[in-house]
Amino acid sequence: MNNMQGATLLNYKNYRYLKVSAAIVLVALVVYVLHDPVGDRAFGGTWLGYTLGVLATLMLFGMMWYGVAKRSITGTPDWSMITDREGEGRDLAEMKARHLRGKPPVNKGLRGSGMLQEWLSGHVYLGISLVVLATLHTGFHLGWNVHTLAYVLMVLVVLSGFYGLSVYLNYPRLITLNMGEDTLDDLLLKIAELDELAAARALDLSDEVNVLVRASCQETRVGGDFLQQLSGSQRNCPTAFATRHLLELGGQYVREEQRKMLRDLYSLLMRKEKLVQRARTDIMLKARLECWLYLHAPLGIALFAALAAHIVAIYFYW
Amino acid sequence: MTDQFKIAIIGSGPGGMSAAARAAELGLSHILLEAAPHLASTIHHFQKGKAVMAEPSVLPLRSSISFGPGSREAILETWRDELAAHQVNLRLNAAVSAIAGEAGNFQITLLSGECLVAKFVVLAIGVQGNIRKLAVPGEDLPGVQYQLDDPDLFNDETIVVVGGGDAGVENALALARQNRVLLVNRQDDFSNCKEANYEQLMASVARGKIEIRVNTLTERVEPYSGEAFKLSYMAQTPEGREQIDCHRIIARLGAKPPRQLVEGFGVVFPNNESTAVPQLSEQYESNVKGLYIVGALAGYPLIKQAMNQGYEVIEYIQGNPVEPADEALLKEKFASVPDIHSVSEGMALLRANQPLLAPLTTLQLREFMLESVVRVPRRGEVIFNRNDYSNSFFSILEGRVAIQTEGAGGEDAVFALEQGNFFGEMSLLSGRRRSGTAVASEDCILVETSRRSMLKLLYSAGGVQRKLDEVSLKRVVRGCLDTQLPERELDYLVQGAQSRRYAVGDELFHEGDKADGLYMIRRGSVTVSRQVAGKEVVLAYISAGNYVGEMALLSNQPRSATVRAASPTEAVMLTAVRVAEVLSRNTAMRRKVDSRYLEHVRADEYSLSSESSGLIHFLMGQGVGEATDVLLIDYARCIRCNNCEAACADVHDGTSRLDREAGATYAQIHVPTSCRHCEHPHCMKDCPPDAIHRTVNGEVFISDNCIGCGHCQTNCPYGVIQMAVRQDYPKRTIWQIILGTNRVRLSPAGADEQVKKAVKCDMCKDILGGPVCVRACPTGAALRVSPESFLGYIK
Repeated sequence: MNNMQGATLLNYKNYRYLKVSAAIVLVALVVYVLHDPVGDRAFGGTWLGYTLGVLATLMLFGMMWYGVAKRSITGTPDWSMITDREGEGRDLAEMKARHLRGKPPVNKGLRGSGMLQEWLSGHVYLGISLVVLATLHTGFHLGWNVHTLAYVLMVLVVLSGFYGLSVYLNYPRLITLNMGEDTLDDLLLKIAELDELAAARALDLSDEVNVLVRASCQETRVGGDFLQQLSGSQRNCPTAFATRHLLELGGQYVREEQRKMLRDLYSLLMRKEKLVQRARTDIMLKARLECWLYLHAPLGIALFAALAAHIVAIYFYW
Repeated sequence: MTDQFKIAIIGSGPGGMSAAARAAELGLSHILLEAAPHLASTIHHFQKGKAVMAEPSVLPLRSSISFGPGSREAILETWRDELAAHQVNLRLNAAVSAIAGEAGNFQITLLSGECLVAKFVVLAIGVQGNIRKLAVPGEDLPGVQYQLDDPDLFNDETIVVVGGGDAGVENALALARQNRVLLVNRQDDFSNCKEANYEQLMASVARGKIEIRVNTLTERVEPYSGEAFKLSYMAQTPEGREQIDCHRIIARLGAKPPRQLVEGFGVVFPNNESTAVPQLSEQYESNVKGLYIVGALAGYPLIKQAMNQGYEVIEYIQGNPVEPADEALLKEKFASVPDIHSVSEGMALLRANQPLLAPLTTLQLREFMLESVVRVPRRGEVIFNRNDYSNSFFSILEGRVAIQTEGAGGEDAVFALEQGNFFGEMSLLSGRRRSGTAVASEDCILVETSRRSMLKLLYSAGGVQRKLDEVSLKRVVRGCLDTQLPERELDYLVQGAQSRRYAVGDELFHEGDKADGLYMIRRGSVTVSRQVAGKEVVLAYISAGNYVGEMALLSNQPRSATVRAASPTEAVMLTAVRVAEVLSRNTAMRRKVDSRYLEHVRADEYSLSSESSGLIHFLMGQGVGEATDVLLIDYARCIRCNNCEAACADVHDGTSRLDREAGATYAQIHVPTSCRHCEHPHCMKDCPPDAIHRTVNGEVFISDNCIGCGHCQTNCPYGVIQMAVRQDYPKRTIWQIILGTNRVRLSPAGADEQVKKAVKCDMCKDILGGPVCVRACPTGAALRVSPESFLGYIK
């Protein structure tokens, strides 16, 4: 099954975008090293600086366009297919009108008909090269100003992007391993069922047992607020507490039926604990898979704004 | 004193009636003899209130009596009145027992002993004489009937109707009003009944008023041991045996021509087939000069045809040249052929150059031609390509065609077919894609017939079916085993071949059995599996056009695996003895089979040792085996963003055709709920408005004339079809996307669009670029695969 695994977004079309981006970075580095600026001071205002700046800005637009592409990757209608829709397939008519031959073109790079993976692959690699370009553009000339703000925002965006990339590559498999065919709703349903069974069982046992079980049913939390989701666990989880302490209470039971009931209850709680852990893990993984976007996109917009300010500032004040 | 007439017409059905009316119009001396006390016995025995149809609608009516679609009662009354108006010389209760003599002087003896003399005789007695019975034990039990006069007589009963033709379907529809009805059909589909009946039947089934059992045979009928019912109907269905307890069984299985009686008149039948009809000239004259046959006995069970023939036969007797009613239509067919100038030339060519159609009478041949198309490909023109989705049948009238196939070992094979041959029959039988490419080697004249028409033909003319089977089986054997095998070896192999049918799950043979022969899979598909450590492991999946069972034959060992049908399958077994003999005499074939044997051993061992077997097993269970293109999601890459669903909805009027989360998962491969574009689409089978089609590229789609009956949704075993209202879903502009504004308001498009229609994945056939789900996945987790290629993915 090796062919199916491995991220295409990194090795899309044989690392095409890695090569492109590496080439850009290399050229930029070489030119930067060779460039001997007037006044011996490299910064954004030299011809190289301007070039890099313009290039970086254009690349930034390209980065942001990923968001648009994601929502409009629909493709243009194929009119030659649509007009034949009604009459197609009738026995005699199909035999007579068999002029539609050939497979529909896949990936001809027509507007809106590209592949999102290509966009993402480009986005990732060119985004990395953007850091290099922007850094060279500054000439390491940084300070407490809107220009450096733009730079810092960019770095933050790319860093959050790195995090995103790493979770995209690793987490899907973990999610599947954890959940298999079950969905979160399935698990929650099962947990609810186990709760009912446990509560019913506990009625035949002592008060202390009932307290434990009731706490487990009512106070076990799956998910929660942002930080709780990310943590993937609950501090002092009552279910875990119940499974740990239930057997201690078993000592007081002498009769065999009661001991049996206790064992049944224990097994119910164990199953519930396992399910709860799985559910929490699922939520945690999914939260981690998505949380970074709440930084990446808004920071990107902020970067866009800062960049606008930076460009305006340059033209008016320098 | 014997009465003398010019024309004696025997039988007052549509054919006889029409003839008599014409004779009366022309002022000829005639007599219309009818055995029953009423006119048109067959129609008289139609059920009360039956809606009689006037098919085929393309055919014009040419008769002195009028006829149009209407109720049985109205039509009978019209006929009675018009016959009287024409002053037809009608004699009822006059059954004919013998005809002797010759043209110009026939002696007709009635049952009463009376004798008549006529110069010409027109036989229009129909075929209702010998009704076909169930031919199983219990066929004559009380409660089993072969006729239904008044469906309203029965109330609140459970009735089994056997027979998928017009009579059976109409009876079932009528009875369903007041009873629980189960309709049993031995065939897979209802290709033998008229469109309108078929549509009504499907609509009824969709509403739950009638239950149908297809591919079901009657085993026997027993009296019910108890009070609740009267009979027990034992059926053999694809799923196994079923016992249906009922109050009544109505079998409408058609009728055999009253052969003995007709032969007694001196008429000769061409062969001993039960479906045989007498050979007639184009003017309906039989081998007895002066004796003409029209109507159902001539092979034409439809009313309109019989009436046309009745009119025409009188004209022929008078010596008037008259063009048959279908002449104009047939002329058009032959218009594109350069050397054919008249219909009779065309029909003569068809008969001369296509021996397969020899068992057909001239009239049956005309009907065949009416439903076909003439093609004249030029030299080098491709007629169809390998893996095309067409399934029509081609007869070569002139010219030569080269068929390029891929032999089972991967090598290309070309064989040439000349005039008199046919091709395209494999797809006809198996319904699968074309197994080879057909190219015209020189300018040809071909007759292309649609699958539906061919199946109808095969059903009605047994001789044609057998011949077709013989030739196609030889081709399959040749293609699978050895393309160079000489003809006489093929004949030897194929003689004594046994054809078998299997339902899903039936075993062809079991691991450890003694090898009985080689199984050629004609239709359907099978899995090859072995017991390993107590579990059944699927090793391979074999589809129609291939064979199984050679390993044990060659090695003289017991069967090394169990072969089971994965879909309803038809296989032909070539006996072990003959195969062994042929192998020993042909070293080339032996070598090919040997090398394939070694390949299978290698592939089996590989499958056993790798994980992929579990995955194949899982995917087969998900129906990927019968898919042509299925969406799989690599759950090791899917970030669960659901962009695939969002994009699908975007492109398809707001309803996503894909449910990503639903569906089974195994070893990181997830099969979401999305159409598999099956080889034999379950949805296509029972669509009343015939709205589901397959494009030439293989995509199965639902077109706009869907009526929302939901039958396809019920039929689909994978739950991929949903009912949705078509939304008014304008596409967002770029600015709306960027700014995130203008949330799309979903509303039904137009007031009359409140009705829910069936929607499913159509593989984005209307979009340049292909399926959007695949293109909209950022990490490339969504893949569309076909079974042939997915094995490559998982190795």
